[in-house]
Amino acid sequence: MAQYKLIHCTINGKEVEKMVDVRASLTDLLRNDFHLTSVKKGCEVGECGACNVLIDGEAFNSCIYLAAWADGKHIRTLESLTGPGGEISDIQQAFMEETAIQCGFCTPGFIMTAVEILETKKLYTRDELRKLLSGHLCRCTGYENILNAVEKTMKRRLGVPVE
Amino acid sequence: MYDLKALYEAESVEHAIRLRLEHPEAQIIAGGSDVLVQMREGKRAGKELISIYGIDAMRGVTIDEDENIRIGSLTSFSHITRDPIIQKYINVLGEAVDMVGGPQIRNIGTIGGNTCNGVTSADSASTLHAWEAIVELTGKNGVRRLPIGDFYIRAGQVDIRAEEGEIQTAILIPKASYENTFGYYIKYAMRNAMDIATLGCSVNVRLSPDKKTVARARIAYGVAGPVPMRAQSAEAVANGAEIGKEMIDRFGLAVLNDINPRDSWRASKAFRQHIAVEMAKRCLFESIKRAGGEI
Ligand SMILES: Cc1cc2nc3c(=O)[nH]c(=O)nc-3n(C[C@H](O)[C@H](O)[C@H](O)COP(=O)(O)OP(=O)(O)OC[C@H]3O[C@@H](n4cnc5c(N)ncnc54)[C@H](O)[C@@H]3O)c2cc1C
Ligand code: FES
Ligand code: FES
Repeated sequence: MAQYKLIHCTINGKEVEKMVDVRASLTDLLRNDFHLTSVKKGCEVGECGACNVLIDGEAFNSCIYLAAWADGKHIRTLESLTGPGGEISDIQQAFMEETAIQCGFCTPGFIMTAVEILETKKLYTRDELRKLLSGHLCRCTGYENILNAVEKTMKRRLGVPVE
Repeated sequence: MYDLKALYEAESVEHAIRLRLEHPEAQIIAGGSDVLVQMREGKRAGKELISIYGIDAMRGVTIDEDENIRIGSLTSFSHITRDPIIQKYINVLGEAVDMVGGPQIRNIGTIGGNTCNGVTSADSASTLHAWEAIVELTGKNGVRRLPIGDFYIRAGQVDIRAEEGEIQTAILIPKASYENTFGYYIKYAMRNAMDIATLGCSVNVRLSPDKKTVARARIAYGVAGPVPMRAQSAEAVANGAEIGKEMIDRFGLAVLNDINPRDSWRASKAFRQHIAVEMAKRCLFESIKRAGGEI
């Protein structure tokens, strides 16, 4: 017999209330009930990072997070980065400039981890960034351009010269 | 959707104990990074789960009235690494759990789950063994505390009495263990991220006041046997010994008397023995340096 739970949370800044099937993952909830299709289904076992979202400011693979746990949480997906007129954010712009995207399947996950990194307002070395981004797989780009895009945005936001 | 029969969410430790007694077939889920993966794989399909993930009282690191470092079982790896108490007294634990999986896994994975799974490769386990951690379990009869070495029964099996409604509520590091003690952990794996240890080695030392001799050395391994283990004959070589290269070499070789690694697809027994010696030496060397000794 199906079991449901009423949850209250904010998704991309909007307060929502929803009856969730307790068997659902947070990926299921975000994609099926809220049509936030930037949240990808890759491996569904926590290995690839394609489903990554921010929960209370920290990055989580939503495929191994129960939808029922979202109660009381603040959840952000890539869609939250769009400005009021549909403008894209600096980090998305940098991904385009640096050709950090090919098929794009890994991109929303990478960008949300980048948002977590950028919000710490710290200047990281290239090696530190490599480690901070190591929870994501990309089968296309070879990672270097992704690192370039994150590094460039970090430096721009901190007012550090980008060479 | 997960193939999950029912979900019971505990709001407090007492509630979790009650739920365990009411639903003897149900399994505990903390962060779920083992449980949900195994449910997807079919190994835990169709099970009832008791979620303890919402019990905030089980999160965080404090110093208790007996000066133990108290790590709530639900504290995530990333919170352990960032915690000032951990950084001050047992930095090596923060470093060890910073090698688990990748960043998102370190945000969801808990130290309770990493020990209750009974897995020998768990990245926190060797350091907790080497620091003689105490496991705190809470059940219908109250609190039970036992040394981490006794907590592990066999591969995948730990001493939690489900029939008494027990859950693990904290891991404690006694003052006698952490005072003036410095350690180092090496995880040997094929990749730097998202890989399980081929072998893990954690060493810590306390030096004499003049920093010329080792007052106390402790060493533990993961994947050197079915459960994490100490290497006591190596410890005996270092305890009371004068610091020097020769002593470090003897310490490294002595671990072969203690460990019992196996052949697996990840690595052969011979290879594990080879790296175990080298890892012991490097960990001891770094621990002595961190403690202010000269080699
Ligand atoms: C992609 C990926 C990579 C990983 N890489 C690593 C790695 O490099 N190193 C490593 O060590 N681990 C790794 N893991 C395994 C896992 O993340 C850790 O073992 C983690 O600590 C499990 O914690 P959890 O809270 O998610 O546990 P859960 O999955 O919730 O629980 C694990 C087990 O412990 C029991 N349990 C949990 N908490 C309690 C409690 N308080 N009381 C009683 N029983 C309890 C559960 O019933 C279950 O049997 C990885 C996992 C994934 C998905
Ligand atoms: S789909 Fe979640 S980590 Fe791969
Ligand atoms: S751009 Fe294709 S997987 Fe990363």
